[in-house]
Amino acid sequence: MTNHDLIQSLTEKFGEKITGVNEPYGLLTFETTKDIIINVLAFLKEDSLIRFNFLTDITAVHYPEKKHGIAVVYHLHSMVNKMRIRIKVFIDGHHPEIPSATTLWNAANWMERETYDFFGVKFEGHPDLRRILNMDDLGVFPMLKQYPLEDPNRVDKKDEYFGR
Amino acid sequence: MNQPIYTDNDPQNELVTLNLGPTHPATHGVFQNVIQLDGERIVSGVSTIGYIHRAFEKIAEHRPFYQITPLTDRLNYCSSPINNMGWHMTVEKLLNIKMPKRVDYLRVIIMELARISDHIICNTIIAQDTGATTTFLYLFQFREHIYEIYEEICGARLTTNIGRIGGFERDFNEIAFAKINKFLKEFPVALREFESLLNRNRIFIDRTAKVAAVSAEQALDYGWTGPLLRSAGVDYDVRVSDPYASYEDFDFEVPVGTSGDIYDRYLVRNEEMWQSLRLIEQGMEKLKHEPKGIFHADVPEFYLPAKEEVYNNMEALIYHFKIVMGEIDTPKSEIYHSVEGGNGELGFYLINDGGRTPYRLHFRRPSFINYQMFAPMSKGMLLSDAIINMSSMNIIAGELDA
Repeated sequence: MTNHDLIQSLTEKFGEKITGVNEPYGLLTFETTKDIIINVLAFLKEDSLIRFNFLTDITAVHYPEKKHGIAVVYHLHSMVNKMRIRIKVFIDGHHPEIPSATTLWNAANWMERETYDFFGVKFEGHPDLRRILNMDDLGVFPMLKQYPLEDPNRVDKKDEYFGR
Repeated sequence: MNQPIYTDNDPQNELVTLNLGPTHPATHGVFQNVIQLDGERIVSGVSTIGYIHRAFEKIAEHRPFYQITPLTDRLNYCSSPINNMGWHMTVEKLLNIKMPKRVDYLRVIIMELARISDHIICNTIIAQDTGATTTFLYLFQFREHIYEIYEEICGARLTTNIGRIGGFERDFNEIAFAKINKFLKEFPVALREFESLLNRNRIFIDRTAKVAAVSAEQALDYGWTGPLLRSAGVDYDVRVSDPYASYEDFDFEVPVGTSGDIYDRYLVRNEEMWQSLRLIEQGMEKLKHEPKGIFHADVPEFYLPAKEEVYNNMEALIYHFKIVMGEIDTPKSEIYHSVEGGNGELGFYLINDGGRTPYRLHFRRPSFINYQMFAPMSKGMLLSDAIINMSSMNIIAGELDA
């Protein structure tokens, strides 16, 4: 099983909904849409040849300048074929919603809670979508790019002083 | 708001709610479990974490690469060198830096020492929680010896910040090698004694065997990695499946358990310490065949030069300035790199936009993912069993909360 075979069987199954295929540092990466993400994950998990049985990680990335501003990123691992794969789903940055993967892996539970906590991504069908690391009444989703790390009124650390 | 529901069916109001933590001695870290007890049996539980959340991922988005190493120290602070090396290797993979073999072997030695110190903590604490204080105090002195080795190499003990991107900040000195050799001679004796006190100990076996058993399917479903997953019978080890730092040159075995209970986890960790000793011995042997004095790759544009060079050499001054001010050219790409940490697969997902700092850095922290099974699996367990279950999962609060 190589990356090429894998992407072929995926396009056979899901057609043009598999986009943006590339291989940064040998790790197969593609994009898909949020309405078929659970089907894609289930196919990858349950297909007898592919067998991505292990959910390594779920996280998100914020791209404020893009139309679909939040990318939810899944890392799967096939211990049988010694392969990893990365799946990205770009969703609306203002109302981020995506189906939950907890139906497939229990491991997704806290990963999705963490993603909700920091990016505000609502995972539909998640059994217990609460904040996990931040306090309940924080009110913002701190990993979004509009929230600065430090007090924005500080004047001694501006990039312009360093020629940038 | 959004309060968890603790109450099950309790018409006669007989259940007791117990706050285990945030700073209970039995939790060995700052995290809380609100559990409901029927006598001594746990009916339900809710884990609350985040007490030492320090927003590392947000901080990392504002720091150049070399300043992120100290953040990784504070993830699993019982084996910080593994985290440091994992981060360095992530960046080196991004920058396509080829490391000299000698550096790889030095890294293996220091990472395996860190693994031993991590496993010492976990296994002695399991014993401590079952009532065997002797082993805890006895084996813990070797953790001190490991810290002395770190001290000789980098000057720090707990949060080591060891190495640089592209190698080490300095070569191991003779005292460090002497201390490693001394450790290799003395530790096996103590570890054998430790095993003879516990492995066939009736009380220890009664407390741990068949307690909190986990099947391989469950373990994979909950995303377990590391010694916990291996104790359930899955032979997954990042060192073997995705070798880094020349682990493929070494000869070692991956111990695997069968039932995933606490006794198996203890045995797996013990055997891993023996394997780590083998790895260190092989590393020391391999170093003899490598040219002396090489402790970093020849990549002046990424490797922070020595201070003396900076003061006396124009090129070094330029590179020093560029690295410190974050002006180095880095490829716009994304990368996932993982290492076998003390508790499992420690992953770094780095998105680089070519700027001064990472665009996004996510840590896949094994403790965080392993721990989510604790509350569901505690249901129906005795409170005293749940406590040793927690210590056998080796949950490190720094890694849990990032």
